Amino acid sequence: MTLVEGILAGKQRAIARLITLVENRPREAVPVLQDLYPHTGKALVIGITGPPGAGKSTLVARLTRRLRQRGKTVGIIAVDPTSPFTGGAILGDRIRMQELATDPGVFIRSMGTRGSLGGLAKATHNVIRILDAAGKDYIFVETVGVGQSEVDIVKTADSTLVVLVPGLGDDIQTIKAGILEIADIFVVNKADRQGADRLVAELEMMLDLSEKEVAWRPPVYTTVATGNQGIDAVLEGIEEHVRHLYQNGQLEARRRERYRAEIMAIVEEEIKARLLGQWSAGSLEELLEEVAARAKDPYAAAREILKPWTGNGKGGS
Amino acid sequence: MQERPIRVLIAKPGLDGHDRGAKVLARALRDAGMEVIYTGLRQTPEQIVETGIQEDVDVIGLSILSGAHNHLFPRVMELLREKGAEDILVIGGGIIPEDDIPALKEKGIAEIFTPGTTTREVIEYIREHVQQR
Ligand code: B12
Ligand SMILES: Nc1nc2c(ncn2[C@@H]2O[C@H](COP(=O)(O)OP(=O)(O)OP(=O)(O)O)[C@@H](O)[C@H]2O)c(=O)[nH]1
Ligand SMILES: [Mg+2]
Repeated sequence: MTLVEGILAGKQRAIARLITLVENRPREAVPVLQDLYPHTGKALVIGITGPPGAGKSTLVARLTRRLRQRGKTVGIIAVDPTSPFTGGAILGDRIRMQELATDPGVFIRSMGTRGSLGGLAKATHNVIRILDAAGKDYIFVETVGVGQSEVDIVKTADSTLVVLVPGLGDDIQTIKAGILEIADIFVVNKADRQGADRLVAELEMMLDLSEKEVAWRPPVYTTVATGNQGIDAVLEGIEEHVRHLYQNGQLEARRRERYRAEIMAIVEEEIKARLLGQWSAGSLEELLEEVAARAKDPYAAAREILKPWTGNGKGGS
Repeated sequence: MQERPIRVLIAKPGLDGHDRGAKVLARALRDAGMEVIYTGLRQTPEQIVETGIQEDVDVIGLSILSGAHNHLFPRVMELLREKGAEDILVIGGGIIPEDDIPALKEKGIAEIFTPGTTTREVIEYIREHVQQR
């Protein structure tokens, strides 16, 4: 059985192997990804983001269990931060998901960010594609515990859940706008703790004050993930959001935006690889001296490097 | 930074609640540039093997201080063989009497590390023995 056949048949080992290839040697994975592409586009991709410890992993495990009871298959990608100093990582999201480890209808993969800053890993979108080709109906993507700017998930998911918990700060103002704006659905988890009602009220107020006229107002759900409470309502919320996207053509529009970004990223990478492939790093060392001595500015130095491709060296805008 | 981080699953099989050693080791391996999947306490051999496969790890590290190693370690090896994943390097550690070690190695556990082992020794062992692939 080839790798492609193994993945299309949903074989765990084949899926796992290709994910490793995509993470470690992405160029070698390209032909396989190309073969898989016609078999993708069927899965629903659900992003789960929110501050560290909010209960994202626990919630994903609960949602997954419910989907399994309904006969759906699920892929889970859990991203944790890679240390910028050592390149190592402790990937601990699985601790909350191990009840699902031996379920053949579930595939869980932990990923380190490996230098990416947006809350996901660089290979995440390709891992989604692999799980999609392997026939998973739903794919959950859990981001690193975000602060404010790690919002790559909206460029990746069909529907994004922002998980919050009471008692994070005195009020909603402390949660930065970035992660609030990306929510399609809010989940106030740990509703067994004090302050959940207040957080819900604050979120609703914030949504009331939102200036723009919106077709979709993010609903706010409360859950106790550890106690398995409120899970069905969240699933219904996801389904409703997806139905909404579908009905007004937004699902297709969002996905098209993603294809555009992906194609452009590949083009940029290809250009970079080709240009730098022909370039000898030695010339940079000499230019560095001049820049350090203020004999040349960084722009002029860059133009000099680009001369072979731009011609007279006066190019640029 | 290494081009390709070594991936290690640190697992606590059985009902053993001693997790200090496993956590110390997990942190040390991370600081050595490895990606460490930690799954917490009370894992069955089935869960460990499935996790190792899905995460496509290079190494599975089993930690047992409860005395159940003679049953649980061989069971993990058996399942790995059943799944065609015996290429994963399996090492163990914890409270394991000297006398038990030869039989465990015969079952396919590559090395056993007992109390007093430094994390550096474990890191070096892993670096030397993972299959480059
Ligand atoms: C601390 C401790 C506890 C703590 C555990 C806290 C925790 N969260 O871990 C507490 C108080 C909770 C505890 C409870 C019990 N304990 Co206790 N405990 C110990 C003690 C004193 C130290 C263990 C420890 O943390 N060492 C420090 C760590 C860093 O060392 P380590 O785990 O050995 O790991 C090193 C190596 O073994 C190796 N290693 C370990 N795992 C791995 C894995 C891999 C892959 C690799 C490569 C290497 C490796 O590398 C590490 C670094 O050197 C030991 C005695 C001892 N000296 O070992 C008893 C001991 C382990 N406990 C024992 C017992 C009996 C119990 C209890 C059953 C007592 C009771 N009757 O209630 C309970 C059971 C708890 C449970 N649910 O399982 C016995 C086990 C006897 C046996 N195996 O035959 C011991 C040996 C004490 C004894 N001499 O009787 N215990
Ligand atoms: N009281 C309470 N605790 C919860 C609830 N949901 C999760 N927890 C606990 O909160 C802690 C963190 O849960 P995780 O699911 O690991 O949270 P996370 O958001 O995935 O964490 P990171 O991935 O580290 O950012 C765990 O100890 C959970 O058991 C809840 O509804 N109520
Ligand atoms: Mg988590």
